[in-house]
Amino acid sequence: MTILSPVLMIGMIALVAFLTKSSIEKKSTIAFVDDSGFFSENDLEDNNTIHFEDLTSIGLEKAKVIVNESTQEGLLFLPNNKDINQLAKSIQFFSKDSPGMITISTLESIIEKKLQDEKMLQLNIDIQKLEKSRVKVDINLANFSGEKSSKLINGIKIGLGMAAGYMIMLFIIVYGAMVMRSVIEEKTSRIIEVIISSVKPFQLMLGKIFGMAAAGLTQFFIWGVLLFIGMIISSFVFGTDLSGNLNTTQIPAQQMEVLAQSKGQFILLEILNLPLFSMFILFILYFLCGYLLYSSIYAAIGAAVDNETDSQQFMLPVLMPLMIAVYVGFATVINDPHGTIATLFSMIPFTSPIVMLMRIPFGVPWWQILISLLILFFTFLGVVWIAAKIYRVGILMYGKKVNYKEIYKWLKY
Amino acid sequence: MKNLLVAENVVKNFGEFKALDKVSIQVPKESIFGLLGPNGAGKTTLLRIINQITLPDSGQILFDGKKLEPNDIRYIGYLPEERGLYKRMKVGEQVMYLAQLKGLSRSEAKKRINYWFDKFEIGGWWNKKVEELSKGMAQKIQFIITVLHQPKLLIFDEPFSGFDPINVNLIKDEILDLKEKGATIIFSTHRMESVEELCEHIALLDKANKVLEGRLVDIKKQFKTNTFEVGLNVENKTELLQDLRARFIVSPANFKSLEDDLKLNIKLQNNETSSDLINYLNTKASINHYVEVIPSASDIFIRAVNQNH
Repeated sequence: MTILSPVLMIGMIALVAFLTKSSIEKKSTIAFVDDSGFFSENDLEDNNTIHFEDLTSIGLEKAKVIVNESTQEGLLFLPNNKDINQLAKSIQFFSKDSPGMITISTLESIIEKKLQDEKMLQLNIDIQKLEKSRVKVDINLANFSGEKSSKLINGIKIGLGMAAGYMIMLFIIVYGAMVMRSVIEEKTSRIIEVIISSVKPFQLMLGKIFGMAAAGLTQFFIWGVLLFIGMIISSFVFGTDLSGNLNTTQIPAQQMEVLAQSKGQFILLEILNLPLFSMFILFILYFLCGYLLYSSIYAAIGAAVDNETDSQQFMLPVLMPLMIAVYVGFATVINDPHGTIATLFSMIPFTSPIVMLMRIPFGVPWWQILISLLILFFTFLGVVWIAAKIYRVGILMYGKKVNYKEIYKWLKY
Repeated sequence: MKNLLVAENVVKNFGEFKALDKVSIQVPKESIFGLLGPNGAGKTTLLRIINQITLPDSGQILFDGKKLEPNDIRYIGYLPEERGLYKRMKVGEQVMYLAQLKGLSRSEAKKRINYWFDKFEIGGWWNKKVEELSKGMAQKIQFIITVLHQPKLLIFDEPFSGFDPINVNLIKDEILDLKEKGATIIFSTHRMESVEELCEHIALLDKANKVLEGRLVDIKKQFKTNTFEVGLNVENKTELLQDLRARFIVSPANFKSLEDDLKLNIKLQNNETSSDLINYLNTKASINHYVEVIPSASDIFIRAVNQNH
């Protein structure tokens, strides 16, 4: 199952991509009645998604009846109104079902452009001069060390940071809970006393934590490889660009054509421009340290309780900082990746693995990373020392309802 | 070196609760040592300290004359009272894993596992999962795990629980056999008849203190009350009874005999000896039954604990 999950994930993405694509490819037919006289055939000509049918000659009332009985998506009505401002407010669209958002916005942009041109004519504005006078500003972003950047890459950075932070949270919870379950299993099956007459409880606990980390990294690796293979296969089978597909609909038609060929390469280039290797290393480092910190807590909880149901009361304080980290990340890092709050939470050891990873794509000074990692690591040492004490006592305690006060007492045994 | 294991003034507190209060015991080499005591007396805590599962607050444990070290766990085999196995692991793999934890090489472990599996006639269990085993079957596996690395010191906490009488005898014989081969055995149980049968030395813990220790024979001598169980054949029982009551402390006894005789427990006083009693009885009646009452381990247990309270 664990090996299959990336396959399932790929399948889902491919399915979504496939469905989105085929729904875009399906052209909808829209009839129109143009009483205004502003629109020539050229203005309402077929494009990628819409096929236009001119019903002006038969009038609005008849057209309504016809469209209602046909498979056409709807009827666009442009009333007879020579005042463009008023016309703009009185255009109607009749349809059986609610029309798609994309269809409406496409129609709006077509009509808007045409009416704007008309208006300019009325105001004696030379359209060609106006076109020439247009200046398009595109600020090139760069940092002081000279690495170029772009607005698009900011989005990519946010995406990568969020994904990395979120993944760390997920893995900490999943593997931490596995450590806990394994401790509980040894306790409930009563093999624990046999084992710890051969190895020290501390060795057993650390072995469990490190073993699970190794298992996690291996699983990581397998997933990565499968994901990569799956991406290639599915893009081959469906002919879709998985990475870009979900954004396509949001980009206006004209830009899309320009970007269509180069976009995939462009994104790829931008991603390759990021310090990917150091990001990867830091991901592994923060994952390991964060996991070590949290799984020692999980191990202590597992030792303190008799079964998984009892562990619930101790779960909240563990999940809370993780949740806070993700929310802080989503809320502050996007707007201000180097602000006080983001920096503070990327130093607090219980939130730093998540928040810092979200910040890293935006470029974090190395000394901040170093301090945050050091704090994280030494907190781990402190926590594992306390966890070991709880663990040592807890694994031999049966049938006792444990609370925080009780655990505090164990620290002094 | 006479003793394999010596505990010196071991103290262990759990918060306010005193689990062991300056307990010292001496376990002679190649003996079977019974560690007895009521529930909650501190036996398991002491056993855990010997196994280095728990650390004592003060006091020390000497193993073979030297201070107990982490490495010594190789020479100790421990069958805890709360024992279990990984439920979803195969029997063979599991025994192999636990044997390697004790420092055996794979091939050596394999050889010894085969030896024990053959001995217990469970060779076919290698690929069985533990959850398929009955409690008694699992206990056999646990016994094998305990003895597999041929430890100098074996510690059994309630080894017979969960066994039917046939398997109890099987395990008992194995324990005696291990002792013959030079192992020293600490044996903690509430089954007093197996204490009688197996133990040469005992120590009795009660309320965190040691109340008794020594050779079982010596302790029995110490606890005997100079009481004799007699069966007397006489015509006038009431008259004899009155005579005896005048000289000794007499109470009715209960044992099986063929005759309808007077069954009594007679306790001697004032330095009188057994031969005094026999001579006296001979003049009064014919003696069918005459035996000294030796306190059982169970009697000693109860009396010692009651005295301590």
